[in-house]
Amino acid sequence: MNFLKTIVAAGLVAATTTTTAFAADITGAGSTFIFPVLSKWADAYKKESGNGVNYQSIGSGAGIKQIQAKTVTFGATDAPLKADQLLKDGFAQWPMVMGGIVPVVNVEGVKAGELVLDGATLADIFIGKITKWDDAAIKKLNPNAKLPSDAISVVHRADGSGTTFNFTNYLSKTSADWKSKVGEGTAVEWPVGVGAKGNEGVAGNIAQTKNSIGYVEYAYAKQNKLTYTKMVNKAGKTVDATNEAFQAAASNADWTSAPGYYLILTDQPGDKSWPIVATTFVLMHKDATDKAASQEALKFFKFAFEKGAKSAEELDYIPMPDNVVKLIEKTWSADIKS
Amino acid sequence: MAVESDVIDAAGPYDRAKALSAFKLGDVTFYWITRLSAISVLLILGGIIVSLIIGAVPAMKEYGFAFLWTQRWAPSADPPVLGALGPMYGTLVTSFIAMLIAIPVGLGIAIFLTELCPQWLRRPIGMAIELLAGIPSIIYGMWGFFVLGPFLANTFQPFMIKIFEGIPVLGAIFAGPPSYLSLFNAALILAIMVLPFITSISVDVFKTVPPVLKEAAYGVGCTTWEVVRSVVIPYTRVGIIGGVMLALGRALGETMAVTFIIGNSFRISSSIFAPGTTISAAIASEFAESDGLHQSGLILLGLLLFVLTFFVLAGARLMLLRLEKKAGK
Repeated sequence: MNFLKTIVAAGLVAATTTTTAFAADITGAGSTFIFPVLSKWADAYKKESGNGVNYQSIGSGAGIKQIQAKTVTFGATDAPLKADQLLKDGFAQWPMVMGGIVPVVNVEGVKAGELVLDGATLADIFIGKITKWDDAAIKKLNPNAKLPSDAISVVHRADGSGTTFNFTNYLSKTSADWKSKVGEGTAVEWPVGVGAKGNEGVAGNIAQTKNSIGYVEYAYAKQNKLTYTKMVNKAGKTVDATNEAFQAAASNADWTSAPGYYLILTDQPGDKSWPIVATTFVLMHKDATDKAASQEALKFFKFAFEKGAKSAEELDYIPMPDNVVKLIEKTWSADIKS
Repeated sequence: MAVESDVIDAAGPYDRAKALSAFKLGDVTFYWITRLSAISVLLILGGIIVSLIIGAVPAMKEYGFAFLWTQRWAPSADPPVLGALGPMYGTLVTSFIAMLIAIPVGLGIAIFLTELCPQWLRRPIGMAIELLAGIPSIIYGMWGFFVLGPFLANTFQPFMIKIFEGIPVLGAIFAGPPSYLSLFNAALILAIMVLPFITSISVDVFKTVPPVLKEAAYGVGCTTWEVVRSVVIPYTRVGIIGGVMLALGRALGETMAVTFIIGNSFRISSSIFAPGTTISAAIASEFAESDGLHQSGLILLGLLLFVLTFFVLAGARLMLLRLEKKAGK
């Protein structure tokens, strides 16, 4: 009997604590890209404030739908909404965290950071115009590299993704041919190549297939020890894929004159800027029905900006630069009603 | 004893009527419970069809019947250009190749197990088949991606391409370059996945053949092959086809394993070593990040798969009917 009583008591305690925890929980949904760092922040926030963050990484498109339907407190998307769309839905939007996107290759004898590519060449490879590794355009960028005369196998994402959105956005900015034939989007009509599921699918494919090229988030390339390339940026400088280069793209971008922070960090100016940087944006209702939840979410994001930079870097994310964070905090007090 | 029967006799007429009506009530209740269960299947199926149609209406209005023969799939174009030809082709081709491999192998295993196999080997083989059916599809996908794909691309495909090089039609079907991810690789994985369906159902129906029939055939001097061909298979034809249909249904709709190794490309190529996609793989990949017309197009693809499966199964039923007529039943 005693044993039974303990069980019942324990059950009751568990039930009451979970209900109180639910009451103060913040709910969010969307981008899969932000999920690893968001859960790390949520963990730290729970320890500090006792409030949990319940985030479902169901994809940016689905996240936008959930916040539109008001089933969550915040949404997260890799492709920002345009200012008129934000106005229509009554959303506030700001960038939360960034990550670099790098081309990865598997070519015999080529080590990480050795090969140099630029936007136009990359676009020609992904459109099927450049088919061999020893093509004149690639040779011109890499006069000293020994490149095989083998066919290039192109690997792209099969699932709709923010990574694809930013990558195709970059190709559209650097190649008129790509812009008119393929365009940008979370899923596009790929002229050549095979599709793999997720960053891990592309990484796995590149690792297995000789003479292949693909694109992944920097964290995947680094963790899987893939051979990533250097890039020629908008200023014409050759840059290496480093955190400084990713952050330079964000610092040099002109956030103040972008309404609703609608800014895609590809092909940004600056000598040190890496040309393909992905940003995840948070969406919230300006005039939410549940104001308490809304305020709690803002507290969480403030905490993430102030104390989460280190944990973001540990996971190979790039925190927003200080000048941008200041701007965002101003937006909160001006836009979101409490 | 006598006393008891007296009691029963005395209470007879009254109890009998009551008991009968109780039975009747039980019968009616039972009848309605089973009937409602049966009807619920129709309701669920109808509900699925209706919601698919509602979701697909915008895409149907936009593309009409051209959806069926448009090969382009460009969701990011403005407005999106969507066509189902690529995924439909991939679905049919992979299922066809899978059945081409799985039916003879599956029947072969079943015949060996029931007619030829020594007693001590039966259990291990039977268990192996059940285990094959129990492996989750994601495991098949990963195995196909890491093990089968590289093997096929490095060994099997170059060999086939070399053999058929220069032969008119076959040369185009088995054309290079070899690829880790291709229609053929997906079809081979599908064949392995549907094998247990065909085998275990065939084994079960083969066991229903009355021993006296087989013994009589052996008695007049038939060989094992003749007994299987002329007694076992004709006797169990309906059951075998049922198993094949279940397998085909799975092959048409399998998603996870296929997405891993088919290459997810909407282009149609004459070569089975080229990447392709299937309807279910396309939906699974793109649905989460889709909206508007793109999403509606994916739902229309789903509806199409539904219709396609229906026609394939109906066609098989028709074939079965004709076979039975031919057999004079």
